[in-house]
Amino acid sequence: MIARKLAGQQHSLALLVVAGLLGLAALIVVLHLALPADSAFYISSYAVALIGKYLCFALLALAVDLVWGYVGILSLGHGAFFALGGYAMGMYLMRQIGTRGVYGDPILPDFMVFLNWKELPWYWFGFDQFWFAFIMIMAAPGLLAFVFGYLAFRSRVTGVYLSIITQAMTFALLLAFFRNDMGFGGNNGLTDFKDLLGFSLAEDATRAGLLFASAVVLALGFIACWAIAHSRLGKVLVAIRDAESRTRFIGYRVEQYKVLIFTLSAIMAGVAGALYVPQVSIINPSEFAPTNSIEAVVWVAVGGRGTLFGAILGGILVNFGKTLLTNALPELWLFALGGLFIVVTLFMPKGLVGTAPAALAWVKGRLHRAKPGPARPSEAGE
Amino acid sequence: MTIIDDPAAAPKPVLYLSGVTVSFDGFKALNDLSLLIAPGEMRAVIGPNGAGKTTMMDVITGKTRPDQGEVFFNGDVDLTKLDEASIASLGIGRKFQKPTVFESHTVWDNLLLSLAGPRGPFRVLFARETAAERARIEEILATTKLEASRDRLGAELSHGQKQWLEIGMLLAQEPALLLVDEPVAGMTDAETEQTAALLRDINRTRSVVVVEHDMTFVRALDVKVTVLHEGSVLAEGPLDQVSANERVIEVYLGR
Repeated sequence: MIARKLAGQQHSLALLVVAGLLGLAALIVVLHLALPADSAFYISSYAVALIGKYLCFALLALAVDLVWGYVGILSLGHGAFFALGGYAMGMYLMRQIGTRGVYGDPILPDFMVFLNWKELPWYWFGFDQFWFAFIMIMAAPGLLAFVFGYLAFRSRVTGVYLSIITQAMTFALLLAFFRNDMGFGGNNGLTDFKDLLGFSLAEDATRAGLLFASAVVLALGFIACWAIAHSRLGKVLVAIRDAESRTRFIGYRVEQYKVLIFTLSAIMAGVAGALYVPQVSIINPSEFAPTNSIEAVVWVAVGGRGTLFGAILGGILVNFGKTLLTNALPELWLFALGGLFIVVTLFMPKGLVGTAPAALAWVKGRLHRAKPGPARPSEAGE
Repeated sequence: MTIIDDPAAAPKPVLYLSGVTVSFDGFKALNDLSLLIAPGEMRAVIGPNGAGKTTMMDVITGKTRPDQGEVFFNGDVDLTKLDEASIASLGIGRKFQKPTVFESHTVWDNLLLSLAGPRGPFRVLFARETAAERARIEEILATTKLEASRDRLGAELSHGQKQWLEIGMLLAQEPALLLVDEPVAGMTDAETEQTAALLRDINRTRSVVVVEHDMTFVRALDVKVTVLHEGSVLAEGPLDQVSANERVIEVYLGR
């Protein structure tokens, strides 16, 4: 009974999250496009780009929460999947530039002309078509996660060892993408994008559309994760997280579940990266930096691991804090991030979402105690 | 050691171990171990620490592969070729020494996840709780005396209740054979008695192997006892006979 009632509350919370996300995004779009720039409620292009970016980070946090919060896989390499999705989108955007590049080559992106390449490498074929890029946005990170996960989980690599090899994976990709020979623009990455599906990226309306698209995809990702978490599959995932060998000994093939969720999560991270790239107008190897993946884990820890809603909240709030702090005191950001992680781990292991109800109850208790209540008759018979 | 006198006459043993040897870095955890459990039998396995009791369970459930020897389930299923998940699905349930339940799930969900049924991720994704499943969970709740705790989280249960829940989870798998590792460790006398009754109840329909240190409990079970020592069988028989055996006394009291 109680469980069913709780499930009902959870249901309305999920609806609230989805409605809130879409409503706020729509409001921002309207305030940005419909109001004159001197209005007090006008939202600037700068703010729109920032918020769009936060939404992409929130989607990445959601992906991390699915594997870490529910299956207990602490992936410190999700930045790699984000970056791969971003590169797939970047390649499409590069090929949309066409003759408008500095060198005016109709086929070759500028950096290839600069490197004196005569032909488009085979792995760039198809990226002039959006549908192909769309598939690759999901296929590239998904495939990497599947192969990586299959090898790691079949060998029963868990815990800190798994975290370390995910860091190694993203670091290896960082080094690989730095090389000019890889054909992804080396150090500089991919940039100078012009348009997406025919819409100019310089237009306010396109920017606002991207923000709204990010909110829609984030809401869809949330619904998908929520549906998984509340299905029997979700219960198996939590079982794996809490007692992996028990789960195995009642007949579940733990590695199948881990590979499936790891792959799904990587695809979500890839889509987040793909939405991120047109909004920040660049993708370069620094997106593979190991610290990016660690940051994503901190967002989830701050918001509340294993709550989905907390991941979204953490992804947005921590990045908002990062924007404020890096504007004021840029050299302090990494210290602040590290300190935040320590504080959250020590004092709020359930994150904001997990701690808020307890904090509210505490405050209520305080208020109650302040009021002198009627003396209660003692229940113990004397 | 002759295991089966007349294979045609005897019913297929539910569990058959013959000449099983497992070594870790030269140390023989199991040394030419042979064991036969008949259908419907309950067997108590005792032995000092390091006698190989847990390794034996590991071999039967597919966690450890034997270096030598044969392990058969229901007469013809070779367990040395299978992994933990398939052995569990075949009908061998295992309770760990330390009670292991899903702490963030309710008692109900712990049982629901353990029910015999589909184990693939996609079928589980779309699985809905059926009336038959609910009825079976109610039965197990009654058997394990956990009806009142159905909505409580695994983490909130007492030590004894966790042990019973874990036994209930094994039952939910509808196993033919239950392996139970030290079910009464850390239990009160009353809980120990209830556990003995629970195992006897379960034994009416299933074979049970109980590994236990607690002699009072083994006596309460009143079944055939196998004494392990240094990875092989030292003695086998009723508890009184076994505890009168000089070698057993030497092994137990000599340390």
